[in-house]
Amino acid sequence: MIKEEYRILSTTAILGYGFPISSFDEGMRRNPHLIAVDAGSTDPGPYYLGAGVSFTDREAVKRDLEIMIKAGVGRKIPVCIGSAGGSGGKPHLDWNREIIEEIARENGLHFKLAVINAELPKDLVKNALAEGKVAPLDGTEPLTHEIIDETTRIVAQMGVEPFIEAHKGGAQVILAGRAYDPAVFSALAVEQGYDKGLATHLGKILECAAICAIPGSGSDCMFGYIGADYFRIEPLSPLRKCTTVSVAAHTLYEKSDPRILPGPGGHLDLTNTNFEQETPEIVKVTGSKFVYGGAQAVKLEGARKVGYRTVSIAGTRDPVMMQKIDDIIAGVKERVADNFRDSSIDYKLNFVVYGRDGVMGALEPLRKQSLSHEFGIIIEAVAGTQELANTICSSARSTMLHFGYEGRRATAGNLAFPYSPSDFKAGEVYAFSVYHLLQVDDPAAPFPIEYFEL
Amino acid sequence: MKTKLTDIASVVRSKNSGPYELTLDVIFNEFEDFEKVERGGFIDEKLICSLYNVTPDKIVSIVAFPPAKAIKATIKRPLCSGDLGETDVYGAQQHAPLLGLEFDI
Repeated sequence: MIKEEYRILSTTAILGYGFPISSFDEGMRRNPHLIAVDAGSTDPGPYYLGAGVSFTDREAVKRDLEIMIKAGVGRKIPVCIGSAGGSGGKPHLDWNREIIEEIARENGLHFKLAVINAELPKDLVKNALAEGKVAPLDGTEPLTHEIIDETTRIVAQMGVEPFIEAHKGGAQVILAGRAYDPAVFSALAVEQGYDKGLATHLGKILECAAICAIPGSGSDCMFGYIGADYFRIEPLSPLRKCTTVSVAAHTLYEKSDPRILPGPGGHLDLTNTNFEQETPEIVKVTGSKFVYGGAQAVKLEGARKVGYRTVSIAGTRDPVMMQKIDDIIAGVKERVADNFRDSSIDYKLNFVVYGRDGVMGALEPLRKQSLSHEFGIIIEAVAGTQELANTICSSARSTMLHFGYEGRRATAGNLAFPYSPSDFKAGEVYAFSVYHLLQVDDPAAPFPIEYFEL
Repeated sequence: MKTKLTDIASVVRSKNSGPYELTLDVIFNEFEDFEKVERGGFIDEKLICSLYNVTPDKIVSIVAFPPAKAIKATIKRPLCSGDLGETDVYGAQQHAPLLGLEFDI
């Protein structure tokens, strides 16, 4: 007997980025077995993970989820959300759970919600470290107990297993903490016995929804079908097409090696993958394999607080100043250091010079050949408290404004400030501190599931 | 005659591949051009090092992916995404040095 295709509606690239209701309706007309969305990424940087804050807006997330949950619960189609709140820690999960509870209450909806935690207790990570079960990733330093202590929050990326368990537990809506991006799309298909390689590859494409189409969009839906030995991918807006190149190109996205994509429980091998144009809009993919292998492991992500930031934004149009900018910056740093020598403030003072190497930093090949007629300058101070960061930033800003450099003609002031006040309190600063692999015996064990009857 | 990369590639982009790596993608319009550039070994370690001011040990991989008519180079970021002094959290604006490339194909 030929098994029916497993059908997945992916609503948007990141929960909260929005989607046209017409595309969503098109998806629902195809009778999906699953409505799913990925909410997460490490892309926005360490702050959101460390501070426990979502990088997407609450109202926007509620809008997207309300449409998905009303449609899913009404027709008994599971709704899955991966990497809640962007970073998938406990506060992110709680934040998103509240939104779901609000949606249920306001719409008089009743369903079973599973909430899968992905934030690990520090002791668990310490014990694993002591047992030699934690390894660095992408050339990070080996993890230490000290780094774990300094780290505000550690999450692990779950694979398909916790989703499957929650589904078996009768959940209609599954809200997961940090998850391997494709898992939220592939898990229930894997549970139904569809090929894990195809499901994972499809999940990898669906996690960014319409970004894989032409024209690409971060705020439109995408539809996937999995058969016995292929999957198909179809845009739901008449504006878009999937082409072999757009889908294959998306396979490259954000990965180091497009042929071998490591993930929980093994790796996706795309060496023999074939992309075929089935219709002008639909691409059919075959040959993607999941290779089980090595020890079961999950990826850890953690961030630690490094202080507070204050920035001042300014510019210069003076060619002499621009020529001397390195000397001026060094001079200002020296003056500030000298000024606070006796107060032992621990701080970092950094200058970003736009028009020279503000975008590429150390990677900039044209640093010494800038053709700009003006520079944008960001003065950034990071210190242990907001007040100290303000103090350092203020001192650097006023020193730079009146710094006397060689050849200076413009003695009234060196900087153009676009704003008053000139300095901005940017709040807490975090840095990634954990990016490691944790070996596990049971890939579901680190991810406890709680059920709520709404 | 030299061929400009921007005349034969539809996509030239950069992006984080995790917070510690930066990955550069060049996707060609025509398979023939992809093959010529790939076979010619034009996008190699030496080129990436000179374009990005990095030493060979910072290069993670340079691979071709024929199904996408693409060549991909991945390098270690000088600073982890979001670290103090780092300038491109998403890594999405590090592609420009590739745009000026020209090849004898």
